[in-house]
Amino acid sequence: MSADQLVFWIFAPIAVAGAIGMLLSRNAVHAALFLVVNLFCIAVMYLLLEAPFLFAVQIIVYAGAIMVLFLFVIMLLGVDRGDDLREPLIGQRPLAVILAAAFVVEIAVAVRAGIGFATMAPEGFDAVNRDGNARALARVLFREYFLPFEVTSLLLIVAAVAAMVLAHRRARAVTQAELERLGLLEPPREEAPSP
Amino acid sequence: MDALDWALLVARVVAVFAALLVAVMLTIWFERKVIADFQTRTGPLRAGPRGILITLADGIKLFFKEGILPAMVDRPVYLIAPVIAMLPAFLAFAVVPFGTSVTLFGREVPFQVADLNVGILWILAMTSMGVYAVVLAGWASGSNYPLLGAVRSSAQMISYEVGMGLAIVAVLTYSGELSMTGVIEAQSRVWNVIPQFPAFVVFLIGGLAETNRPPFDLAEAESELVAGFHTEYSGIRFAMFFLGEYLNTVTVAAVATTLFLGGWRGPWFDGFAPWLGPLLWFVVKVVAVLYVFVLIRATLPRMRYDRLMNFGWKVLIPFGLVWVLLTGAVVVLPQEIGRRGVLLAGAAVLGLVLLASFVAPLVQRRREVAS
Repeated sequence: MSADQLVFWIFAPIAVAGAIGMLLSRNAVHAALFLVVNLFCIAVMYLLLEAPFLFAVQIIVYAGAIMVLFLFVIMLLGVDRGDDLREPLIGQRPLAVILAAAFVVEIAVAVRAGIGFATMAPEGFDAVNRDGNARALARVLFREYFLPFEVTSLLLIVAAVAAMVLAHRRARAVTQAELERLGLLEPPREEAPSP
Repeated sequence: MDALDWALLVARVVAVFAALLVAVMLTIWFERKVIADFQTRTGPLRAGPRGILITLADGIKLFFKEGILPAMVDRPVYLIAPVIAMLPAFLAFAVVPFGTSVTLFGREVPFQVADLNVGILWILAMTSMGVYAVVLAGWASGSNYPLLGAVRSSAQMISYEVGMGLAIVAVLTYSGELSMTGVIEAQSRVWNVIPQFPAFVVFLIGGLAETNRPPFDLAEAESELVAGFHTEYSGIRFAMFFLGEYLNTVTVAAVATTLFLGGWRGPWFDGFAPWLGPLLWFVVKVVAVLYVFVLIRATLPRMRYDRLMNFGWKVLIPFGLVWVLLTGAVVVLPQEIGRRGVLLAGAAVLGLVLLASFVAPLVQRRREVAS
């Protein structure tokens, strides 16, 4: 068994266990931690596939930044609150079952199509990667896909600014007269006489 | 790779591990002695000559103390947090080259655990994992002061990580390399600290905040938060947090040495133990950076939390961004428009700035008059 395979067989079960643990744990913080374990193992897979840049970025961005923010939100909101089991959307549950089944079928088809691929060397991989994985990625991102790349980053910035604007909007004091004029206020009810 | 290669690799890992532990021990002693000097005290004296074994004594004491498990903790997370505090600090050091190489049993053995070709990103990845220790310790303690300390310091660490990352981006743009050996290679003529001095300052400030060292040690502001995120930890588990913090400090000093101070480069006698000189130079530079850290601790009071965040987001990050932009311009423009073009462009920008500095006061005065 080569070193690559050894590493794969160590990390693949951990990745699967992490994913299952995330699904099964009832505590939100534990679930988030299992997800971190899973993301970390996926990063190791990237390293095995000779994509060291992707490996580092996966750890920095997903395991590092995004999951820390997740934990932050969970911690601030509190995990002790019970889940709200009502369905806001009608028919959400059957729809979810159908879509999940479709997803499983899709994954199965993809895996079936991919069997045997791993033993073939990808065409032109070494030629593209000749002066480093990071350089090759940069060439593709900043030359060939420059516009989509920048548009995506613009999208993220717009989302971030929008979130800040929404969070910081201070509600103006609304007078009762204004509410009545808009018809948003119910007419004052007769109060029942207290016993 | 055959058995000998594997054995050499394992030996290297164990050697670095042991050296880091000893380095932490000496760093703590060094810090206490220097601070004692600043305050005209003697500092530790009893354990070993000049108290050099004080950390060992402290470690043994902490090891045999009772590890108290408070009632409200989330057991698995509470137990795993101190381990996470140490692990990334050890792993980050793996890509730091602490010397050139030595020939053992007919093999070239580099003084570096692994020369990852994305070495700098690996360091960033490991520092971002360090935040987990703080967040999880604070949350799992099931108590209010640790939670407050954790929320505070993780916000601080995430914010200053950006500033530190920008400084690193500037360096790797300048040297055009992602691996640590490549960065050292690029410093053969002049150390990065000279052309990249602003990035060096940003990196040091970010590094201090990342490792929760004074004046950024708000995570454990005793006067407000008892001991911050590790209030509920005792015995060996507290010792692991302590160890992790100092490991991070040593690693930041080593990374600063590699990125800005030329790593192991330095003058050495020809022919006499060619591996020893670089190793010594590396140690000397790391100690120098650590001395600066201790100096800052002895001099500056702790910052207030809102000022810390304001400084991080409104000063450090914009400054870092501008510096990255300038570095990028300096690297790319000569290739694109030639040296003459750069001079012309520079002159044009300078002219515009001068013009603006004449026009701006006029406009301002008119507005003042109008109001």
